[in-house]
Amino acid sequence: MTSLNHAARARFSGSSSISFVLIVIVGAIILSSINSVAPSPAQLADGVPSMVKMIGRMLPPNMESSFMNRVGLRLIETFQIALAGAAIGIILSLPIGWLAAKKVSPIGPGFWLVKVVVSLLRTIPDLVWALLFVVTVGLGAVAGTMTIVVDTIGFCGRFFAEAMEDADKEPQEALSAIGANKVSILFGAILPDAAPSMINTSLFALEKAVRSSVVLGLVGAGGIGQELKAAFDLFQYKNASAIILVIFVIVLVMELITDWLRTKLQ
Amino acid sequence: MLQSPLAAKNDVAIATTALTKSYSNGRMQVLKGVDLSIRHGERVALIGSNGSGKSTLLKCLIGLHALNEGSVHTLGETFNKVPSATQRARLRKQTGFVFQKHCLVKRHSVLTNVVHGMLGLPGSWRAFTQATAPSDWRTKALSALEDVHLEDKAKSRADALSGGQQQRVAIARAIVRGPKLVIADEPAASLDPVSGKEVMDLFSDLARAHGITLLFTSHDMEHAAAYSDRIIALKAGQVLFDKDSDDVDDTDLQETFN
Repeated sequence: MTSLNHAARARFSGSSSISFVLIVIVGAIILSSINSVAPSPAQLADGVPSMVKMIGRMLPPNMESSFMNRVGLRLIETFQIALAGAAIGIILSLPIGWLAAKKVSPIGPGFWLVKVVVSLLRTIPDLVWALLFVVTVGLGAVAGTMTIVVDTIGFCGRFFAEAMEDADKEPQEALSAIGANKVSILFGAILPDAAPSMINTSLFALEKAVRSSVVLGLVGAGGIGQELKAAFDLFQYKNASAIILVIFVIVLVMELITDWLRTKLQ
Repeated sequence: MLQSPLAAKNDVAIATTALTKSYSNGRMQVLKGVDLSIRHGERVALIGSNGSGKSTLLKCLIGLHALNEGSVHTLGETFNKVPSATQRARLRKQTGFVFQKHCLVKRHSVLTNVVHGMLGLPGSWRAFTQATAPSDWRTKALSALEDVHLEDKAKSRADALSGGQQQRVAIARAIVRGPKLVIADEPAASLDPVSGKEVMDLFSDLARAHGITLLFTSHDMEHAAAYSDRIIALKAGQVLFDKDSDDVDDTDLQETFN
């Protein structure tokens, strides 16, 4: 028994003084944050009646045909923003991912520079990009589409690069020995191996694009979000609840479609 | 499709002079002044324990690795450090390479993998898949598959084949250009004995039938003796012996592997 115990890692025997100090510091930071920004029980008690009142004003959702027609048109625009933005973003992510992939990139050590740019695109939130594009190209769907393109490149650029880095190395070395150039190796060995992962990433990007495109309108970048903002600004809460319901349905439908596509394509 | 048996049997296919190769800025010397000569149409086995420099030597012979000192003469191209771009292009046109692991693109069809053997030739950008490759290259690939008795598997995915079959596809990929020289690095090492024998039989038959110079490394002494005309042993980066296969005895092998 003693020898078996010897082979195993030591049992937990209390924390060291450094660990204890670290736990206390992290705990203090969390408690102080809760104290500063989390709702107090009194605030919650006060807020609940307002919330109930608000939900009451939102019900029943406005399902009038003239309003639903308007929402329908905005919905089509939202889909167009998501589809066009995701498609352009995915296509652009292919060469960008290749350039950013370590040990695969045709620009050698320059890959990290592309990686940094892709990270920059990803870390800036989509609403900030939307604000930038609204200022530069004006209000409307074009700003929304450009936002989705940039957002998709930030997402797909990273995961495409990772999929290419993880692609089986042996066929690449074999093709290189045969004399294939970098483009032939990309199309002949890397993309066939990375394809399942890249298709998966693309479907997630499409799903993400639909979710993003519904809120871009809040900052004037077109789509159904613009209608939602107008409804809240004008205190038309029954319109707002109808739009929220529609958004819920389209995001759900989109997830079901991409799930189905994923199982079909794998 | 393949070269006809070469008449000029005595011509030198490969020759090295004082070939030296080291890694890590000279700290790890792998080849220490290797001199050897292989005639056209010969089948030569390169033996030696792990780390003796066999794989490095193969790669230096076709310019995949740069030499530090000495020179290499392969299929009429003589170079010191690395072959020039033109020499490399001419070498690749005439050389097939088979790896220990088949190194096929798993998700591609068998035919596409054989068509890949054409990559690197002028205009080969279309050869990344059989569907876009020039039709005569496709025909050559099908013919190479016939040579390795896998014509009925052309449409199958590469990973649907057994290990031995996959290595035969790799052989088809190596011979599809009609090479004068095939270099094989432990072609049977990852296969079971039966598949290994099949692969080596095939290699040997194809080399004989088409006058291909065959240089292969092996740990299996039965393979080395049965499928080669000559055995060259490497030990610690130097040629230990270079003899006709029939003349190699147990003492030679003990000296090589001890």
